[in-house]
Amino acid sequence: MSSDYEFSDNEGDYYDSDEMMDFQNDDQDEDDMEMDDYNDDFKISTGSKRKSYEVDHTSLSQTSVEKSMKDDVDHICGILGVEPAAAALLLRHQGWNKELLIERYMDDPAKVLVDSGAAVQEPARDSTSIRTHSVDKFAAGPSSRRATRSSSKLLSSLTSPTRSSAQKYISSPTASASKSRKDAKSSEEPESFVCPICFDDSLELKQIALDCGHSACSGCWNAYTISKIRDEGEHCIRCMTEGCAIVAPDDFVHNILVSDAAPDSDTTENLVAWTRFQEILVRNFVSSNPKLKFCPYPGCTNTVSCPSAASKSVLTSMVPIVSCGAKGIPGSVKDKNAASSASSSGSSNSFYDKEHVFCFGCPIESDHRPVVCGVARLWLKKCEDDSETANWIKSNTKECSKCQSTIEKNGGCNHMTCKKCKYEFCWVCMGPWTEHGTAWYSCNRYDEKGGVEARDAQSRSRASLERYLHYYNRWANHEQSAKLSVELYAKTEKKMEDMQITSELTWIEVQFMKKAVEEVEKCRMTLKWTYAMAYYLARGNEKDLFEDNQRDLEKAVEDLSELLESPIETENIPMLRQKVTDKTVYVQKRNEIVLEDTATGFQDGRWRWNVSVDGFEEPLEEVRVD
Amino acid sequence: MPLCSYEQRIIKETERLVADPAPGITASPHDDNLRYFDVTIQGPEGSPFQNGVFRLELFLPEEYPMAPPKVRFLTKIYHPNIDKLGRICLDILKDKWSPALQIRTVLLSVQALLSAPNPDDPLATDVAKHYKENELDAQRVSREWTEKYASG
Repeated sequence: MSSDYEFSDNEGDYYDSDEMMDFQNDDQDEDDMEMDDYNDDFKISTGSKRKSYEVDHTSLSQTSVEKSMKDDVDHICGILGVEPAAAALLLRHQGWNKELLIERYMDDPAKVLVDSGAAVQEPARDSTSIRTHSVDKFAAGPSSRRATRSSSKLLSSLTSPTRSSAQKYISSPTASASKSRKDAKSSEEPESFVCPICFDDSLELKQIALDCGHSACSGCWNAYTISKIRDEGEHCIRCMTEGCAIVAPDDFVHNILVSDAAPDSDTTENLVAWTRFQEILVRNFVSSNPKLKFCPYPGCTNTVSCPSAASKSVLTSMVPIVSCGAKGIPGSVKDKNAASSASSSGSSNSFYDKEHVFCFGCPIESDHRPVVCGVARLWLKKCEDDSETANWIKSNTKECSKCQSTIEKNGGCNHMTCKKCKYEFCWVCMGPWTEHGTAWYSCNRYDEKGGVEARDAQSRSRASLERYLHYYNRWANHEQSAKLSVELYAKTEKKMEDMQITSELTWIEVQFMKKAVEEVEKCRMTLKWTYAMAYYLARGNEKDLFEDNQRDLEKAVEDLSELLESPIETENIPMLRQKVTDKTVYVQKRNEIVLEDTATGFQDGRWRWNVSVDGFEEPLEEVRVD
Repeated sequence: MPLCSYEQRIIKETERLVADPAPGITASPHDDNLRYFDVTIQGPEGSPFQNGVFRLELFLPEEYPMAPPKVRFLTKIYHPNIDKLGRICLDILKDKWSPALQIRTVLLSVQALLSAPNPDDPLATDVAKHYKENELDAQRVSREWTEKYASG
């Protein structure tokens, strides 16, 4: 185990041990220890040498996030005096807002427990159903009554609470009440059990129920739980009985999937679902804490903590680019590459093993320094608007007006509920649904003013398109050049390594290209984003100075790029090496100047835009560009 | 549990639907596809759909009963929660689905929806608007459509 980690740390690729991690969960102690050691390696210690364009942040593994979740749960257990399983459900229901939870709980503990699915609803409360859908109230009522009349055998098993042995999870005021209710009924318990889901009545069926007492067989619980986790990514696994709001606690899910799984269930599928369930819980916790963000790279389960960028208002004065510390993407180009050139030592793979760098403040999954999130997003949206994909997204999806998740409507009515934040809104006007209950059709009125503005904009669009293309072409070119230089490097490196064998040069001496290419790629990314920034910068001295810095960096990068293209002969290597090293240092300096200058500019509030950007002052009329 | 084990449930549900049909509802599976049902629902008495017989199709997806059945009206109907393609806006067919619900309960819910149109949660926005603004006139149109498309 430990040797695996050491090996992977050296390679900067810990995914080799991914499978092992998945199956280590039973062995918590060892796992924790390993993960802590591993964490320390990836802690990004910034501190005094931090530059003005960098931000303090810490990378957390899934295990350490689970630890802080557990701390919160223990805290709530201590204060409210509930079981850990109930505390976890309460916290999840309140979005991990402890203060709010405690306040609400003190007001009405029974209601909070029922709402979060931790306790059975008191019989007296049945009339004040928490379900809101009006159609449903109408539909479910008569139908379930009729069903009871017509099918005696089947539904008797539905309504009679046959509790399986040790399935008691929650102790709460309401739970004890419901238990006595069940005990009273248990005399009518039928001899044979028919699972209400699969209709199986064989004697070896194992009945399982949550605190509500609605039994089903273990196989159905297993299939249901997997379907909820795998197909719906749901952490809130409710009782299967219609209208029952009890939620399965974590150890119940664990029993269903792992420790007490149905004998004929697929063990691998169970473990995958259990792993996914834990990840969903962590994601839920992370997304409800503004100081945390889940690493967006595929397959990565790390979380980054960046308290200084927790509030949206700081995003006008800083660009919180963070890294979770991990590298590479499991099962991606790297593997294919390794297969095709198994002989090479793997150092050329470093370009595919990209560090997981992303922006803490916005959904952009790369380094968009020097430009702030608001402007970067404006630019990307503008660029995307010209592509077919963007057209599709634009015509088929909308963003949740609360959490900005992209939503595709694939059927049904206009009453939308965001899967992520549960915000209810109208698909047509994107306003909150609550206003629609009484006068939903007010969203049909066309805004005449908007029409006039659209026509004005059209006449200006020709001139502005020219301007846009100037910036866009340079933006796209830097991106393309960065890719090409990496490809060039792969070829060059092969050549250099050959040379190392044929000449007297040492391995160290032929490595200068690598550093140079890395620097070129990095600077091209900076340059790319400077064009997005320049497009939106208001005319004036500040912009001129910015473009001077941009020009200096661009020229230096182009010089270095050209140098990298020059033919390599054994005899001119020392000279080339000197030149490339010098240029690399210079380019690095220029890049730092651009980043430093823009970053301090944001801190001082020096930059002015030619469009309105969230959080910034409105642009003056004379600089406004449409 | 392998998915095919729910074949048994589907067969039992089908047997019961045929042997003991719910009042005003028929459902019969296709011979070549036991997951595809031809359904008829009689318009509930007292509703504008009274005396109408509405044809629907019902399909049980592979994930059934973990996923809801797909139900669609084949007969044209003037109802705020049913659009012109026959799609139905009903919570138990979407996020409120529970595996304990059955074909029978789903169809009873659809029947109940005919008695209780809900224009506050519209699918066919024009119909809903009509229902909101002038319910009597909207019901008149519903009756006309029932007579025109759903009689016989």
